Amino acid sequence: MILDSKTPSGPIQDSWERHRFDLKLVNPSNKRKFSIIVVGTGLAGGSAAASLAELGYNVKSFCIQDSPRRAHSIAAQGGINAAKNYPNDGDSIWRLFYDTVKGGDFRAREANIYRLAQISNHIIDQCVAQGVPFARDYGGLLANRSFGGAQVSRTFYARGQTGQQLLLGCYGALMRQVAVGRVTVVPRTEMLDLIVIGGAARGIVTRNLVDGSMEVHLADAVVLGTGGYGRVFYLSTNGMSSNVTASWRAHKRGAFFANPCYTQIHPTCIPVHGTNQSKLTLMSESLRNDGRVWVPKKAGDKRSPGEIPEGERNYYLETRYPSFGNLVPRDVASRAAKKVCDEGYGVGATGLAVYLDFDDAIRRDGEDTIRDRYGNLFQMYEKITGENPYKAPMRIYPASHYTMGGLWVDYNLMSNLPGLFVIGEANFSDHGANRLGASALMQGLADGYFVLPYTIGGYLAGAKLPAVTADHDACAEALAAAREKIDKLLSVKGNRTIDGFHKKLGLLLWNKCGMARNAVLLKEALEEIPAIRSEFWENVNVLGSGDDLNQSLEMAGRVADFLEFAETLVEDALARDESCGGHFREEHQTADNEAQRDDENFSHVAAWEFNGVGKKPTEHREPLEFKYVKLTQRSYK
Amino acid sequence: MSGGGMTVRLKVWRQGRGESRGRLVEYGVEGVSPDMSFLEMLDLLNRSPTLEGKEPVAFDNDCREGICGTCCLVINGQAHGKEKGTTVCQLHMRHFRDGETIVIEPWRAKAFPVIKDLIVDRSAFDNIILSGGFISVSTGSAIDANALPIGKKEADLSFDAAACIGCGACVAACPNASAMLFVSAKISQFAHLPQGQPERNRRAARMVSAMDGAGFGSCTNIGECEAACPKEISVKNIALMNRDFLRASFCAEA
Repeated sequence: MILDSKTPSGPIQDSWERHRFDLKLVNPSNKRKFSIIVVGTGLAGGSAAASLAELGYNVKSFCIQDSPRRAHSIAAQGGINAAKNYPNDGDSIWRLFYDTVKGGDFRAREANIYRLAQISNHIIDQCVAQGVPFARDYGGLLANRSFGGAQVSRTFYARGQTGQQLLLGCYGALMRQVAVGRVTVVPRTEMLDLIVIGGAARGIVTRNLVDGSMEVHLADAVVLGTGGYGRVFYLSTNGMSSNVTASWRAHKRGAFFANPCYTQIHPTCIPVHGTNQSKLTLMSESLRNDGRVWVPKKAGDKRSPGEIPEGERNYYLETRYPSFGNLVPRDVASRAAKKVCDEGYGVGATGLAVYLDFDDAIRRDGEDTIRDRYGNLFQMYEKITGENPYKAPMRIYPASHYTMGGLWVDYNLMSNLPGLFVIGEANFSDHGANRLGASALMQGLADGYFVLPYTIGGYLAGAKLPAVTADHDACAEALAAAREKIDKLLSVKGNRTIDGFHKKLGLLLWNKCGMARNAVLLKEALEEIPAIRSEFWENVNVLGSGDDLNQSLEMAGRVADFLEFAETLVEDALARDESCGGHFREEHQTADNEAQRDDENFSHVAAWEFNGVGKKPTEHREPLEFKYVKLTQRSYK
Repeated sequence: MSGGGMTVRLKVWRQGRGESRGRLVEYGVEGVSPDMSFLEMLDLLNRSPTLEGKEPVAFDNDCREGICGTCCLVINGQAHGKEKGTTVCQLHMRHFRDGETIVIEPWRAKAFPVIKDLIVDRSAFDNIILSGGFISVSTGSAIDANALPIGKKEADLSFDAAACIGCGACVAACPNASAMLFVSAKISQFAHLPQGQPERNRRAARMVSAMDGAGFGSCTNIGECEAACPKEISVKNIALMNRDFLRASFCAEA
């Protein structure tokens, strides 16, 4: 099947405006007759729920956390991009568009990205109006800094807590709608299935995480803003409850999963310290504005960093990429770190780390300036490692951070299942094979504040949706299936921990489908994943009961889904027999080890259709055309 | 990890769902590395045979980076433990001694009822925010972000207050279980910004009223809240809130 992206034709500059005009409208007094379910309360889900309610729709907003304010968007540190060109350094909508197409290694839809760049400026206006305290200069105007993959400063930031401040802005907007009765927030509740009636998404099955009760919720449309699947690698910078469950279960009901192999391994995270580690902590990319990345020139050099003279240090990013230097995109920086460590130049106890050094910046700008820019990040580093980064360089290593793949959506952000909309990290749409820094916040908020509120109206105005009630067969079937899965998990009563399975899967993927992949390793992974999965169902030990607050049971369900999803991820990585962005197939690299695309055969989105657990999914393609940005070998030299 | 690492003795609050009372239960955890976070030590407990097939200890956590505000434990009598400016998830075992006994309890406040073990219900905070903890601006109606300059000093003060993660440590640390630091941080964030002025009085009046209605205690200027706050929010915000509340009480619009 060739997927129809419904991308408007004609000049790209006008396509979103024209499309909005072409979309049908729901008249203001009719909006209250429609109900919409929004799952997830991060930047995408929270902003969507608030904006839809402002328009007059009835919204039910679900989150697994105890409050919508705690979604993992909150942990985003560095900033949010916009094409404001306040610094007068040559930025424009075109440049943000161009950088994002190129940064994604030409594997995303041009029209979506152009729209994103256009909307980016409105997001900043909206957030400032909400009282988001962005950094300002002494004249009272907004400050900007640089991020990877760009040669302009277009990143707005709120110290190292930009995600937190943006999320609190959108949480405030959401709570304002709760107060006027247009949004019902349902916290500590997990979506376990999607209800499809007459071919359209009409509701969800949920489990109340406090008392275990299961319920059916029905609506005219369902929106998933449930984040990415980075925790499939076990260790990641994601929150402990981040999962693929909502997306995966929607996939099992017919929604296509697009480009699952596009995973982002972030270059600057605090390295792994031990086998009982539960997660990895990101050190914002913004640190590469002032920090210099290096390793000793001599392999296995065990001297402390201060004892290694300047001439014996290899600032490998600056040498290899003189024009972008330390600010190359994430995929490039991560691979470069892996390469020097694989060659034996890595530092620290494990040899799996490189230095990120602020010595020059501190000498140039003073410790106070650096503290002002990155104080909380330095503090966080010190808390975790017990070392003072003002005195000695940080040690960093890449870690699973973000996933560009996700459920397939068209230009309206609707999946191939009518009525199922997918926004933010949960969809696949705008970042191609590699996301640039400070673009996730931009995309999540663009989807929620400024795209979905229009496109969902277009759907609702034209859809013929019969009234449905919870006694419909489809509801009973979905509810029973969700119950059965819970009972099955509790009945195994084996003797291995849930965590043990998750770790095993994560390590397997990290080694065979991580920063570097090849057909041999991927085929091995495809053999091994089903074995781990069957052992899970024979030997997992889930304590406690189903009708109580049971965190083990929650985690078991999510790990079970990761064990199914992982196979699709690897299938996609194997099928994409080229390198692009974060997907690096060792068979396809240039003479100087850069990712080598194969535009003739792979300039498409791969969207997978579910055929049953353990069965090979069916691939559908959406061809990608590049009319405005010329397809070239990406270069940051 | 036999032989390696520290051993700690825990006294953990266990309380079943729906039970009105709980109790401290003792456990030993071996093989604790100093680089582990406190929550990773609890993970170790929850995976260990010490539990003898009994249910793991339930505790709230998510980002484990000190920003989401989900984790909430009283450790040896102190909210988030004794390290200054630190959430439990950012507290590392290097701050504890081999063989030390550690008492772990949930937040204790009437407005934060215990759900199970170490998990409490903090929805009272959401209810306070929905009473007025926002600027009323619907999507699409904003002016250009740079049309309204805000001096760096005011912007910084606003940010200092906005750093609140809503964890509730201020309430847990306060002998009166007062939520004034939390409420004042939100009021203060907006009071320092021009965008926050139109609703300033109304916001203060409504949020304070919602706070009182939720069963939080009064402030008696003890200052434990600031000491326990992982984001080191200043009690000066409470003074600002009191001024705003007083002014609002003279205005009819509240």
